[in-house]
Amino acid sequence: MTVSDSTRTGDDQPLVRALNVMKSFHGNEVLKGIDLDVQRGQVVCLLGPSGSGKTTFLRCINQLESIDGGRIWVDGDLVGFRDDGGQLHHLSDKQVAAQRREIGMVFQRFNLFPHMTALENICEAPIQVRGTDKKQARERALDLLRQVGLGDKPAAYPAQLSGGQQQRVAIARALAMDPKLMLFDEPTSALDPELVGDVLKVMRDLADQGMTMIVVTHEMGFARDVADHVVFMDGGVVVEQGSPADVINNPQHERTRSFLKRMRTEDEEAAADAAAADAAADAEA
Amino acid sequence: MTTPSTDDRPGLIDARPVPHPGRWVALAIIVILIAMMISSFITNPRWDFSKAFEIMVQTPVLEGLVKGTIVGTIGAMVIGIIGGVIIAILRLSTNPVLRGVSFVYTWFFRGIPRLVLLAMIGSGIGFLYSKVDFGVPFGQQFASWLGLSQDFTFFTLNVNQFSSTLLAGIVGLGLSEAAYMAEIARAGILSVDKGQAEAAAALGMSRGRAMRRIVLPQAMRVIVPPTGNEAIAMVKDTSLLSAIPIITELFYQTSAIGNRTLLIMPAFVAATVWYLLIGSVMMVGQYFLEKRFGRGFGTKPTNKRFARPAGAGGA
Repeated sequence: MTVSDSTRTGDDQPLVRALNVMKSFHGNEVLKGIDLDVQRGQVVCLLGPSGSGKTTFLRCINQLESIDGGRIWVDGDLVGFRDDGGQLHHLSDKQVAAQRREIGMVFQRFNLFPHMTALENICEAPIQVRGTDKKQARERALDLLRQVGLGDKPAAYPAQLSGGQQQRVAIARALAMDPKLMLFDEPTSALDPELVGDVLKVMRDLADQGMTMIVVTHEMGFARDVADHVVFMDGGVVVEQGSPADVINNPQHERTRSFLKRMRTEDEEAAADAAAADAAADAEA
Repeated sequence: MTTPSTDDRPGLIDARPVPHPGRWVALAIIVILIAMMISSFITNPRWDFSKAFEIMVQTPVLEGLVKGTIVGTIGAMVIGIIGGVIIAILRLSTNPVLRGVSFVYTWFFRGIPRLVLLAMIGSGIGFLYSKVDFGVPFGQQFASWLGLSQDFTFFTLNVNQFSSTLLAGIVGLGLSEAAYMAEIARAGILSVDKGQAEAAAALGMSRGRAMRRIVLPQAMRVIVPPTGNEAIAMVKDTSLLSAIPIITELFYQTSAIGNRTLLIMPAFVAATVWYLLIGSVMMVGQYFLEKRFGRGFGTKPTNKRFARPAGAGGA
């Protein structure tokens, strides 16, 4: 698939380019022209209040939602369409599936397959979709489980794992397809506070290994420490973007400032709650 | 009431259970009723259980049991389940033509009584179409119009012969069952969280593969219990095969012997005992099926080595 010169991506070109992406649900405009470049090896965090469109935008990148306007390219390929001299044609289900293979996704609610063990969850797509040899897929799955700190849990069913363990299996499952790009949709939002750290650590390791990642998150600490680029969205537009130092520590827009202030208060409250819970537990023991 | 002092610290609890006198009364009444029933079985010679057991093992009865009732049930349920799942998938398709086909199928086969359907298959269809040719559509018309010797017919089915066979009866019951199974399968598919299909899609699975590997196995958990119901109902509905007419079937054979020997009630008892026996075996089978498709659900770890860690939350 070829694209025009302005969007052709070589190694020095962005892995993901979104131009003027628009999306409506039943006449309700959720994305109002999003532009975003993600370079290879970059970690980009999408911040913003709920309803700002960040999750929708993430889902558009691997076509869990279709876009109404604009274009998205991943590694030079136009996402969801074939461009025939300016006339777009929808891709077939098979072609869409082929594009998704290159993009890993981690969901807020984990979405592990409950009827399969952790190992089977990870092996499923490589064997069924890529046609990888079963033994090879198994070896790789065990490696990935060790990598996410669950080397002792290959035979556990999701219901026997904690939320944090499930999410780490879900990350391993996405990595088993050797994606070029990983999308994280609020990966720690459904977790008990004490389980968040393990998942964030796995994501940090992944970032250190040079994986390109787009992360929708409310974890300000993670965004500050790990992200190369932070995007603040509100009301379906990008309000401001830049390095974490600029956006988080020195926001230029009023909307960013008030959001960050709210998040900080919540963080402090959560920290206070956790401290109180710890104190109570100590008192009990 | 006074709150006792803290000096006297209470120990382990040894409390009397709440009395349930009603339960004992009910038990006594049931025991008496059962005793009366047993006594009537023994003292009323017309029950004649020994004759009933004799009828149960007669060759035509056994043949009817195996062919019409057991093979009939298995065959009809196989057609019904496969057909039902296909119709349910069509019903949930994004293609409006397929959705329409599925709707009309369910509307038709759920709407007509099985007895009427089987009677039509047995006598009606053969009258309308005594033979059915399989070939190119309108091939014969084109051939005669163009004067060709080849009429594009590859295979001919003699409907008059086919329509009175057990296979025709099985197909009839299966087509009817598929309409009910479609609704059960649809409910099962819809019971699976949307996130499952999304996760499968995000891994690059095609919709068909996601359905086969991810959604249907989970839907089975919801599909199996009502399907067990349907299968047990089907055992009983094989008695309708006599409308085709097919007489190698349990109820026809037992009642025929009853009519011939005037052992009316023993013959009915023979059929009843067989139906109950089959139903019991099927309930055992259903238990194991439910266990198989319940993997990963429920709180009991299937593998003791990976017991749920204390205090861990599950999704």
